[in-house]
Amino acid sequence: MRAVDGISFDVDRGEIVGVVGESGSGKTMTALSLLRLVPEPGKITGRILYGENDVLEMTDDEIREFRGNEVAMIFQDPMTSMNPVLRVGFQIEEAMAAHRRFTGQQARDRVVPMLQRVRIPAAKERIKDFPHQFSGGMRQRAMIAMGVSNEPSLLIADEPTTALDVTVQASIIELLRDISRELRAAVILITHNMALVASLCNRVIVMYAGRIVEQGPTRAIFKNPQHPYTWSLLRSMPRMDEVGKERLVSIRGVPPDLGKLPTGCKFHPRCRFKVDRCLTEEPPLAEVDPEQLARCWVLMKNVPNPEMQS
Amino acid sequence: MQQSAVTPATDPTIKSPLLRVENVVKHFPTGGAFGRAVVHAVDDVSLAIQQGETLGLVGESGCGKSTLGRVIVQLQPATSGHIYFKDTDLTKLRGEKLRRMRQQVQMIFQDPYASLNPRMTVGDIVSEPLRNFRVARGRKAEQKVQEVMRVVGLNPGFVNRYPHEFSGGQRQRIGIARALVLNPTFMVADEPVSALDVSIQAQIVNLMEDLQTQFNLTYLFIAHELAVVRHISDRIAVMYLGKIVEIGPSDAIRDRPLHPYTKVLESSVPVPDPDLEAARKPILLKGEIPSPVNPPPACRFHTRCPIAQKICSEVEPPLEMKESGRFAACHFAGQL
Ligand SMILES: Nc1ncnc2c1ncn2[C@@H]1O[C@H](COP(=O)(O)OP(=O)(O)OP(=O)(O)O)[C@@H](O)[C@H]1O
Ligand code: SF4
Ligand code: SF4
Ligand SMILES: [Mg+2]
Repeated sequence: MRAVDGISFDVDRGEIVGVVGESGSGKTMTALSLLRLVPEPGKITGRILYGENDVLEMTDDEIREFRGNEVAMIFQDPMTSMNPVLRVGFQIEEAMAAHRRFTGQQARDRVVPMLQRVRIPAAKERIKDFPHQFSGGMRQRAMIAMGVSNEPSLLIADEPTTALDVTVQASIIELLRDISRELRAAVILITHNMALVASLCNRVIVMYAGRIVEQGPTRAIFKNPQHPYTWSLLRSMPRMDEVGKERLVSIRGVPPDLGKLPTGCKFHPRCRFKVDRCLTEEPPLAEVDPEQLARCWVLMKNVPNPEMQS
Repeated sequence: MQQSAVTPATDPTIKSPLLRVENVVKHFPTGGAFGRAVVHAVDDVSLAIQQGETLGLVGESGCGKSTLGRVIVQLQPATSGHIYFKDTDLTKLRGEKLRRMRQQVQMIFQDPYASLNPRMTVGDIVSEPLRNFRVARGRKAEQKVQEVMRVVGLNPGFVNRYPHEFSGGQRQRIGIARALVLNPTFMVADEPVSALDVSIQAQIVNLMEDLQTQFNLTYLFIAHELAVVRHISDRIAVMYLGKIVEIGPSDAIRDRPLHPYTKVLESSVPVPDPDLEAARKPILLKGEIPSPVNPPPACRFHTRCPIAQKICSEVEPPLEMKESGRFAACHFAGQL
């Protein structure tokens, strides 16, 4: 089974790239592949270039070095990645010390400033707390502090705000924006939330059934989506400026099972714009604009009055 | 305080209320190291729901939305207060009378994965209320089940399958079918789409709108997020730490929120539009939601409110009518 298939993209320093898709679309697998963390018996083929180096060719020592010093990962549920019986401050110190970028003393001295940087109030006192004494939002901040404490050049955030309350989400979004600017890190944001992408990302990658179906600059993707999946997804969400009750465009059917993918275009059983060719031949990810790619035989620009058809 | 002030339960703009909730309180005793602590899950809530409308209920995790929903449909008893359904106080009914009324108020649950018994077939799940309420059995029950399954877009041939054989969206349809099978007039929908994939949410929202028209249903639609609630609701109630802080027509609340917390919620939610996002200025709150075991005195929002004054921690602002059909509980309503 191919959980992800033929993914290519690049992220520059200082850039936030959003990877969006629904559950099972392969977003998280893509991120884990970047770190060579795909669970057994998973296999990754292809090339993952970090600067000049191919992550897939790295020795065990090199990959450990890469994961620890160059990359940080932030997950949806910070509780699963923190040790419940160790004090928060100590865990952040450990994270720094483990990667030998800082001496023990340096690491110790950096803990409070790191927590202040992610705006934990009364950081000096709170370093002695255990994770359960932190609220969900504070734990997520502490996770981010731990992640960025080594000054990574690549930050992978997997649904970093999904488990949080709306008002707390807002502050984490601001924090991620600031941190990416301050660190000048490349950030990959994995999410199912299109609004979060609109808010944070410079570029967007839309995944469906383990493939990239569309990618491009955020504004182009939102204003001028070319793949029917992207187009429908955007129209299935209620708009803030909606007047009266408009009916939502709904995508019929369900996302496919990766074990039994349909022939041809993987979206064709749910697509309202399909043509005969879609049933048998999978379209390539092709350029529709200098910076925008889409995997579709038809493309939305060739559909007159798409709203009428849906 | 004035005598007989207008409350959201006696809102004169609600011409024919189907349901009126008056001063409802729900406290949960909790163990805790210090003996008797109490969770103030719902505290003195009053509201009315117009026949045929959708009232949205929003608020952050733990503010008491689900508890209020469960108390309204009598799945849990209220600690105090009254719930009038078509002028009958449900909290006073017992036995056969309560059962007959309860058929008309049903609930769709928050989590379509946890709320269906994995060992029961879909047919048994959907027909269970018919048996519990002794409405129909045998052939008649079977026919009714097939009919509602068709109505919610499930293949009636699947009656013998188990919940795990269905996707999240289909499970939510099963939950809706179960709620619909007794021909209710009122439904509490507790976050019916929150756990679903984005492409499936619109299917369920559209289905709920269609059912409302088809069966003249009245909804209380609970969510923690504003966009979907606003889309489906005629009016919205905003809850904070067990209390309703604002209630009014959806459009009015969007265009000009009166309560600072409503304004904060509005500003916090990212919208799927990069241009609007570039212009949006979130109002960031200090601190996080205080514990409902120990809610702050007077205005419960004062510990986080950007415009709090001294009076806010001393005098509780009543939920009073500020404009026709609009209520807010704030000393400085409309000033943030
Ligand atoms: N059976 C119970 N016993 C004790 N406390 C309870 C019980 N049910 C709910 N609570 C508490 O009451 C408060 C309100 O909970 P409720 O589930 O109503 O919130 P909610 O607004 O629905 O939250 P969410 O958005 O997370 O679903 C919470 O503090 C919760 O822990
Ligand atoms: S290739 Fe065909 S089926 Fe696939 S998205 Fe395009 S139009 Fe739809
Ligand atoms: S009463 Fe005071 S603290 Fe409460 S919401 Fe209004 S201004 Fe803020
Ligand atoms: Mg709830």
